[in-house]
Amino acid sequence: MPLPLEGIRVIDITVVWAGPFASCILGDLGAEVIRVESIQRWDTLSRAPLSLEAVRAHRGELDPATKPWDLSRDWGTMGRNKKSMTVDLTRPEGREAFYRLVAKSDVFIENNSADVVRRLGISYDILSKHNPRLIMMSMPAFGNTGPYRHYRGYGANMEAVMGHALLRGYADRDPTHNSVVLFSDAVSGATGAFAVQAALYHRLRTGKGQFIDLAQAEAVAGTYSQAYMDYAMNRRVQHTIANRDPNRAPQGVYRCRGGDNWIAVSCGDDEEFRSLCDVMERPELKEDERFANLSRRYRNQDDLDSEISSWTADLDMFEAFHALQTAGVPSGPVQSAADVLDDPHLRERGVWQEVTTERTGKRLHLKPVLGKMSKTPLAIRSAPPTLGHDNAYIYKDVLGYSEEEYRWFIENDHAGETFIFDRDP
Amino acid sequence: MVSGAPPLDGVRVIDLTHYIAGPYCTKLLADYGADVIKIERPDGGDPARHLPPFWHDEPHLEGSGLFLHLNTNKKSLTLNLKTAPGRAVLLDLVRDANILVESFSPRVMPQLGLDYKVLEATNPHLVMVSLSNFGQTGPYRDYKMSEITLYAMGGTMQSTGEQDKEPVKLGLTVEQFFCGAMAASGVMGAFLGCALQGIGQHLDLSMYELMVGNQDRAFTALTTYQLTGDLLQRAGNAGATSFSPIYPVADGFVQFFALQRVWNRVCLMMDLPELVDDPRFANPAAPEAKETMNLILTNWLADRHKQEVMEQAQAVGLFCGALNTIEDVFKDPHLFARGFLADIDHPRTGTLKYPGAPFILSDSPWRAGRAPLLGEHTNEILREYLGYSEAKVALLRQQGTI
Repeated sequence: MPLPLEGIRVIDITVVWAGPFASCILGDLGAEVIRVESIQRWDTLSRAPLSLEAVRAHRGELDPATKPWDLSRDWGTMGRNKKSMTVDLTRPEGREAFYRLVAKSDVFIENNSADVVRRLGISYDILSKHNPRLIMMSMPAFGNTGPYRHYRGYGANMEAVMGHALLRGYADRDPTHNSVVLFSDAVSGATGAFAVQAALYHRLRTGKGQFIDLAQAEAVAGTYSQAYMDYAMNRRVQHTIANRDPNRAPQGVYRCRGGDNWIAVSCGDDEEFRSLCDVMERPELKEDERFANLSRRYRNQDDLDSEISSWTADLDMFEAFHALQTAGVPSGPVQSAADVLDDPHLRERGVWQEVTTERTGKRLHLKPVLGKMSKTPLAIRSAPPTLGHDNAYIYKDVLGYSEEEYRWFIENDHAGETFIFDRDP
Repeated sequence: MVSGAPPLDGVRVIDLTHYIAGPYCTKLLADYGADVIKIERPDGGDPARHLPPFWHDEPHLEGSGLFLHLNTNKKSLTLNLKTAPGRAVLLDLVRDANILVESFSPRVMPQLGLDYKVLEATNPHLVMVSLSNFGQTGPYRDYKMSEITLYAMGGTMQSTGEQDKEPVKLGLTVEQFFCGAMAASGVMGAFLGCALQGIGQHLDLSMYELMVGNQDRAFTALTTYQLTGDLLQRAGNAGATSFSPIYPVADGFVQFFALQRVWNRVCLMMDLPELVDDPRFANPAAPEAKETMNLILTNWLADRHKQEVMEQAQAVGLFCGALNTIEDVFKDPHLFARGFLADIDHPRTGTLKYPGAPFILSDSPWRAGRAPLLGEHTNEILREYLGYSEAKVALLRQQGTI
């Protein structure tokens, strides 16, 4: 049976994180995703090598023979179900090849600033002449219009502007301590994959392609719902309350046995709180005035926290997890990647698939998380390819260049398998 | 200017979700044109109606800001699915629906006699999506979840915060919204599988798995760990040496990105071009150079405002964002120019500004409609969609089915 997006071809020139995640989801669903890069420029983030040393050496005397970009954490994860092509869009012949590819594709995703796309001659007004059915999604930080349209920023920067930085982090330390998170990249990627599919459905009904302006800052803002609505309704400005939640108390993470191990516990109502007391074998807490209802528990949570911490201190975090969940108390261990890989639930659900590449050998890869479809289960159809791995297929089979023409593209540094290092990244 | 119909015009969705993740998924569908029928229990409706923030801080079924935001453009039908007549109404709706999304715990739909086999027999082209905590199978199937336990188990919380402190979650309930956005992508994938390839089917989504497959560190950490044995550290944000340092300014904070590499631009931002070639910074990675840079920058920032710093930094190509309060966000000139905050009217609250379109399509509009009152569309759906007689509707009402 065909996969949902089988027959849809996606061109992906996105950089860094959000864009590659969006195209990754489309590839998982069965689209043929062609990631287009130029060997003149190594995107050291979306193709971040495993060691920072390699990136530093990149500006010095890195031996290209080691091809560190093919041993990449991010590409090694997000490159699944994608093909890799190289072409230099700054030269006319490369641009011509790209136009050919556009004519044979359904979707084009990019996240450069508006100027870059215009300078390269690959803006929507030009590309839609080559393919009026094309759906182009542009996903810059702040969108394609407005005073910040040229602003540059990674997820943390745009989330700060949209308010998240002051809504998260410890309540007793100032926000300069905030960890760098990539939350907006994840949301923008997920939302972007939805946007492309909505436009595909629109095209199916109307025959028309269109342009999607996805400002990552705006795509993530809807997730701050309660804070925005509280301001809109009550002019209240919310600030971080760290691990607490006024609708759930107690709520927090509590240290368990053996080093940096923690269990998250969260009681949504009186019944869950009473079950927690029973599991801790502290029935008297159920009768304690300080904890009689949600608002009192929230107000007196410091007291409750120390009771819970003294109970968890000698427990293994998984032991605590199962005891609490069996009694109906929402809880979860703070897991590392190692814990996730060991998890018996995930194993029983069959979420892992063995993937082998020349550079990384055999490893377990998470199957597409949207993949538990009853009739067309999704899998990893191809491991992350090395740079330029699919050049011959794309130049010759998809674009229709002859062997001789393809050789010209190789000799002129369009099609290649190694980045050229004589330019600053 | 956008013309034409919204992209999902004419797509009918039966929405059996509640709280946050499921409703955010169906909100995306509804805001882009799908006809979403939200089925609510007659006694109290979606529990999110009972969650703050409330308009004027008064708890009220129609006054929850969270509910109002999550359920824009949907229609509300009250229906008691625990009764046979209630189930019959649902199956009548399934006959003409494209998509059914549900977020009950995995035991509920089979117990109600509404598992995929039954729905498929009624409508073989239906796409059914189940969004649950841990999925429809497996040893944790019936385990409970909340925002903090979801974040904890997914593998990301472990590296959020500082080493000497406890792991700390993100703000509010953002990961449940992330799961909703992922679910919307999954719903559309399965639905296009039907529209393009003619396949109706059931999709089993687990919030836990959506978190493990999350682009925010969790997913790549699995790769790194297997290739190098390294696990993520809870490194906080180590001041000036950080990847993405946050500095105090006169009225708050600003966040930059990888400053040492672009010291020349920092000098231009400060309008101190003579520092670009200053021999003290010949090796910007040297500790003394870093310290001096940091001192110069900190002093320059101390008496400037975050908005002006962001503007000056961006003017020279530096990645920079002001740490805005929500009040700042509502006054932001860029969001104002793009019309991001949408005016949405509602009988209880009047017109309020909501977070607007997460993306803009050139040829098909996003809709700025409001959330439904509890049961507001019960009559319309039964009479107009299903063609029930007035007497039949009256009977259902009398039985307490609707």
